[in-house]
Amino acid sequence: MLEGLTPTSILLDEKELNSAQNTLAKNQLPTTRMEAWKYTRVAKLGKTNYTSSEETVTSIDSYRIANDATTFVFVNGHFSEELSSDEIPAGVSISPLSACMEGEIGSTNLILEGEIFNALNTAFLTDGIMIDIEAKANVEKPIQIIHVLKGEANLSNFKTIINAGDFSKAAVIQGFFAEDADRAFANVTSEISVGTNAFLTVDKVQYEAENTSHISTEQVSQGKDSTFTINTITLNGGLVRNNLNIEVNGENCETNLNGAYLLKGKQHVDNHSVVDHRVPNCNSNELYKGVIDDKATAVFNGKVFVRKDAQKINAFQSNGNVLMTDDASVNSKPELEIYADDVKCSHGSTTGQLDEEAVFYLRARGLSEKSARQLMVSAFIGDVLEKIENEDVLNFTHSLLKSRFGWDFE
Amino acid sequence: MITIKNLHASIDGKEILKGLDLTVNAGEVHAIMGPNGAGKSTLASVLAGREDYEVTEGSVDFDGTDLLDMDTEERAREGLFLAFQYPVEIPGVSNINFLRTAINEIREHKGEEAMSAKEFMATVREKSALVELDPKLASRSVNEGFSGGEKKRNEIFQMAMLEPKLSILDETDSGLDIDALRIVANGVNTLKSDKNASIVITHYQRLLDHIVPDFVHVLYDGKIVKSGPKELALELEEKGYDWIKEEMAL
Ligand SMILES: Nc1ncnc2c1ncn2[C@@H]1O[C@H](COP(=O)(O)OP(=O)(O)O)[C@@H](O)[C@H]1O
Ligand SMILES: [Mg+2]
Repeated sequence: MLEGLTPTSILLDEKELNSAQNTLAKNQLPTTRMEAWKYTRVAKLGKTNYTSSEETVTSIDSYRIANDATTFVFVNGHFSEELSSDEIPAGVSISPLSACMEGEIGSTNLILEGEIFNALNTAFLTDGIMIDIEAKANVEKPIQIIHVLKGEANLSNFKTIINAGDFSKAAVIQGFFAEDADRAFANVTSEISVGTNAFLTVDKVQYEAENTSHISTEQVSQGKDSTFTINTITLNGGLVRNNLNIEVNGENCETNLNGAYLLKGKQHVDNHSVVDHRVPNCNSNELYKGVIDDKATAVFNGKVFVRKDAQKINAFQSNGNVLMTDDASVNSKPELEIYADDVKCSHGSTTGQLDEEAVFYLRARGLSEKSARQLMVSAFIGDVLEKIENEDVLNFTHSLLKSRFGWDFE
Repeated sequence: MITIKNLHASIDGKEILKGLDLTVNAGEVHAIMGPNGAGKSTLASVLAGREDYEVTEGSVDFDGTDLLDMDTEERAREGLFLAFQYPVEIPGVSNINFLRTAINEIREHKGEEAMSAKEFMATVREKSALVELDPKLASRSVNEGFSGGEKKRNEIFQMAMLEPKLSILDETDSGLDIDALRIVANGVNTLKSDKNASIVITHYQRLLDHIVPDFVHVLYDGKIVKSGPKELALELEEKGYDWIKEEMAL
């Protein structure tokens, strides 16, 4: 899997690089015998000989999610300067990691030991981006990172670093796409730190191809009085695994995790999240919903930890799935581990089919079967989509739903 | 308008309709009465095109076309309307949004222009007033959290919006108090014309004081076993269905 790759030239910490190489030397790819990978097979990744070639795309018109944004474009993980914005808004500094000096990239909060995809990402890091939002900055335009996979068996090891300064407010959009890509693989990490009373929203739109793979890990730490929101919308991609690890380290935080996945063909999408409430007086809300068609499979595993002294936590977690065919399947496992006694936590998971009585009712009023099903799907997924505050992201999502599924929800 | 001949239908291999004949002409109101389990809702479902039922014999002509050959939505677009005995709740699907889609799909089917938003809203106001349905309810999720009476009024509201040729009302009166009954009946009577027709399925004669039928039929064991003028309903109410059973046994 690694022969065709060259070790990273990004100026990361030596110790971290050694630790990553060590993990790669000592570990195999995870198997379904491991609890965290029970329902997701990654063996085929090990059978592919990846390279990381520089490719160019001529236009990002069909990948541009927000029109009025500060945009950075990476193709196979390589920075594409000519397609990126040259103006950076006040209060922010943004730089590709390849342009960072020795010591400029801070130490990682990713777990490198035993975590093979984090280790792979570190040891063979293609490039990445560092976004520093100054304290008190209110960044009005979203910062948009567009990732395009292109060509055959390309591996993009990419890292996003976001430091949201105290009292700042910003939104980051991550769009993942594929263009004439065959068996490409995006292995992405994000290290996000949300400062005191900072507001950070990440909208993540995944729209790669049915024969591409995507594994990403977001490692987030929240300071006190902060609000972190991540909306993950997965509409294409053959194998997708999203790891979301949130450490809530300060009191009075708000954490919102929303996810919508609409799958077809043989797609497999696995959303794994951990919210770790380490301190009292915080709220977390997690709402993931999926519509699974054809032979596609979905996995949801959401874990909420409430540590011993983390009293007065409100943690809500819910996962709903609609299976459109008998061959579609889902494994849903919301989990709560609570060691404090004064908390309000709930979790729930539902999996079902569209209500055929309702479909018949709508058809009996003159709606075509397609319109009837579309309305029902739209109603089901609607409460996740309405969490997306950025109109452009929402409109873009609707346009993808229309082009991929023929669904017109608006 | 509709001619049903020797209709046989079964579900899960069990025959429910066993040779049913019925003809309804434009401008007429027909009442169908009969004991529980006789097959009244089955008839309504088969006419609306519910796929769980298998038609094994017979024919249904709807204004010159073969009704049984059409999908549920085609039947609706051709002007057939079923007010459900148990209207379903559809969370998240707005009542008026779906009606607007329905109306425009019906218009497209007929080669007509789409209804403008303005005209649509005016029609919603007019028709919801007709059945005294709170316009706020009209725009909520379909039937979600509606009382029994509100669900039935919503059925008649939708009927008024869609202006069907033939309406089949399946026990729309059951569970309604006298005021709601009067409202629903008034809605149906207002919509009545010499171009449309209705089949009113009911358990109780009381509805027929408000919606006066031209004919009353008794459906028993999958067949129409007796037909007569509106007075037949009174007779049924007085004597019950045992009388019919006895008469049939003779
Ligand atoms: N899914 C089903 N499978 C088998 N029998 C059914 C099913 N649905 C209805 N029936 C039977 O069909 C008969 C007629 O039911 P229905 O048409 O609802 O009667 P009515 O509306 O006159 O009370 C009843 O005996 C009922 O038990
Ligand atoms: Mg019935």
